[in-house]
Amino acid sequence: MSLWLTIAGMAAVTYALRASFLVLPPSVETPPLLRRGLRYVPAAVLTAIWAPELLLQDRVLFLALENERLLAGAVAIAAAWRWRLTSVTIAAGLLALHFFDWLI
Amino acid sequence: MVLDRPALAAGARGAAPVLLGIVPFGVITGVAMVASGIPPLEAMAMSVIVFAGASMMACAQLLSQGTPALLIVLATLFINLRFMMYSASLRLHLAHLPLGWRLLVAYLQADNVYGLTLSHFSDRNLSLSEKLGYFLGAGVPIWLAWQAAVLGGVVIGAGVPASWRLEFAGPLAFIAMTIPLLRDRAMVAAALAAGLVVIATAALPLRLNVMIAAVVGIAVGLILERKRTV
Repeated sequence: MSLWLTIAGMAAVTYALRASFLVLPPSVETPPLLRRGLRYVPAAVLTAIWAPELLLQDRVLFLALENERLLAGAVAIAAAWRWRLTSVTIAAGLLALHFFDWLI
Repeated sequence: MVLDRPALAAGARGAAPVLLGIVPFGVITGVAMVASGIPPLEAMAMSVIVFAGASMMACAQLLSQGTPALLIVLATLFINLRFMMYSASLRLHLAHLPLGWRLLVAYLQADNVYGLTLSHFSDRNLSLSEKLGYFLGAGVPIWLAWQAAVLGGVVIGAGVPASWRLEFAGPLAFIAMTIPLLRDRAMVAAALAAGLVVIATAALPLRLNVMIAAVVGIAVGLILERKRTV
């Protein structure tokens, strides 16, 4: 039940964002600071979501060569930088994860 | 509003190569949702009514960490804030459509559709019905391909062994989405600041660190951008 509520809430906020400006009358102007602030949202939020998956173990910083998720993440970042393709980045990261897991 | 058939066809032609990139991400999203414990029916319902891959992937990740529903909805709000930008920018072209069409355009908004549409609009002088036709011609096939891909992932996902560690595809997909965004110093600084803050505040309850990191990241981006322009 709580999952359905979660889905309904996600759908409501997502649709509200998508409709936000489109439902306004044509005469309304977008405030410049809002427009500029929104530009940084994807990079900041997405990084805040993936960084802990690489760097934390049980909520504690795990900065070591034994951290195969960190090593695989570094490989994925390099692959994303070089090829800019989602499928290549994911394949490289998963292969690297298994490789480092086997190596360590 | 009469739909413009050549414009619909042009949109579909524009979308064709993009479909190749959507399918793997849709499949991975479906797999990640099921791997994190979301039942197949709920996963498909989310795909149809939320229709936003990054937030669905985040929801799967947050659910598996036991995050409360309210914070998942808040995280969705932050992750999908970019749709407000798309909404604002599409409005410059489609503000004069009847409200019903604008509500449909809002639902079909996605990164790929937005990118395709705006680049098509930029160097052409199109009528309102041609613009709507192109958007729908691109948006509807992309929507269909996405739903089919998620369904494929949900079906495969149910039978994938845990030792394959496919749940790591979630953070990897976010890395793939983040890196191409880092095209200037302010953007790199915003991402780095968010990454540092999210780790430094990891001890906070309820994953509040993600929200704090996002706000600090945005602020750092704005400050650096201002310094350079002044």
